[in-house]
Amino acid sequence: MGGSLNANHFMFLLQGALWTVGLSAIALVGGGIVGFIIALCRISPNAIVRIMSAGYVQLIQGTPLLVIMFLSYFGLPAIGIPISPLAAASASLTIYVAAYLGEIWRGCIESVPRPQWEAAEGLALSRTQRMAKVILPQAIRIATPPTVGFMVQIIKNTSLASVVGFVELARSGQIINNSLFEPFLVYSIIAVVYFALCYPLSRLSRRLERHGGPGRLELEAA
Amino acid sequence: MQTNASVVSFRSVEKSFGALKVLDGVDFEVARGEVLVIIGRSGSGKSTALRCIDRFETIDSGEIVVCGHRVSDPKLDLRRLRQDVGIVFQSYNLFPHLTIEENITLAPCAVKRISKAEAKRKARQVLAQVGLEDKLNSYPEQLSGGQQQRAAIARSLAMQPKVMLFDEVTSALDPELTGEVLKVIETLAADGMTMVMVTHEMGFAKGIANQVVFMHRGKVREAGPASILTSPATSELAQFVGTGL
Repeated sequence: MGGSLNANHFMFLLQGALWTVGLSAIALVGGGIVGFIIALCRISPNAIVRIMSAGYVQLIQGTPLLVIMFLSYFGLPAIGIPISPLAAASASLTIYVAAYLGEIWRGCIESVPRPQWEAAEGLALSRTQRMAKVILPQAIRIATPPTVGFMVQIIKNTSLASVVGFVELARSGQIINNSLFEPFLVYSIIAVVYFALCYPLSRLSRRLERHGGPGRLELEAA
Repeated sequence: MQTNASVVSFRSVEKSFGALKVLDGVDFEVARGEVLVIIGRSGSGKSTALRCIDRFETIDSGEIVVCGHRVSDPKLDLRRLRQDVGIVFQSYNLFPHLTIEENITLAPCAVKRISKAEAKRKARQVLAQVGLEDKLNSYPEQLSGGQQQRAAIARSLAMQPKVMLFDEVTSALDPELTGEVLKVIETLAADGMTMVMVTHEMGFAKGIANQVVFMHRGKVREAGPASILTSPATSELAQFVGTGL
């Protein structure tokens, strides 16, 4: 038996929680950048670009994140590309999140009413100008609640990085439990910490949905 | 052939949506400074004809020339065409995330590359033209329907188009607000703006049109001066104005 829960264990858990937050941030930024490109490719006037990006989304959405993690951590070294747990987890989450955010954002861009595109075209704006000045500012408002909501999924999905030996919150719980053999207590604490991370985001997402995006909140405050 | 003064010309224009022929050999010419009003029942092809001028719809055959641009040419530079053509829609289509001033200055700054200060000066001028100088910093949703439509007209005017298209611009407005929009259009006509409009306001059409085109099942059934509205030659137009008045 490994004794009882002490301050060192909590420090270890805190460190794991910080890595969960860090990995989530990496996934959001990486997946956000790639996902934005995917979203634009999905509505490209070029059919090949559209088909390739749709294929990417289909492929990733049809593959478990766990398998993507295994592929990058165990698969890449097998073909001669060594990779650290952090790099493997970051790459896997970026690939995975990009497919989902790309699809969410494509829907948001397309839900800007058709007449808005036409009005911008009628004013002789180029495609890039229409996107940057007319469509995207409106799409961002629409996209904010579902994106914040999806961040909850990202945080929970980072727990899968534990399978490649990356010590985030779930893995640090496992390690502590291996010495304490108090699974109910330890995993309850882990669950509470995940909840504490996710719940504020769910609340924020619902709040934004009701108010129709951050822009509207500012308008109402003014 | 085409006269120099012709701003918009349609020659044997045909277009189908699937099996439905929406434009079936349409011809008309609009001279500089002229107001052409297109009337007809819903589904007669009048809105489609108007949208073809700005190439929001492509045609199957025939020829459309607008301000010297061959609109029917697939290689047409759309942005150059649309700098010469202003279009105002039934649903206003102001950009909701921008103030009225930003709505108006956006295209002149981005497309014509004029300075911010110059664009703002121009915005004030066109807003005065439509009677909305005090709405510079308002957002579209803070304006009434009639005000939004006048702001949309101002936005088009700021690009200094050679011809303006109006696609049922008062159909979403109640009679009182319709009046204030029509007054703005009348002023533009008096200033010599070339215009093509689709409208259901027969009284207004009679007062403003130099030329009326009555469309029926994709064809120009009757065309002529505004007087054809009071003494129609075809039974279809007689029936149409009979129900419209």
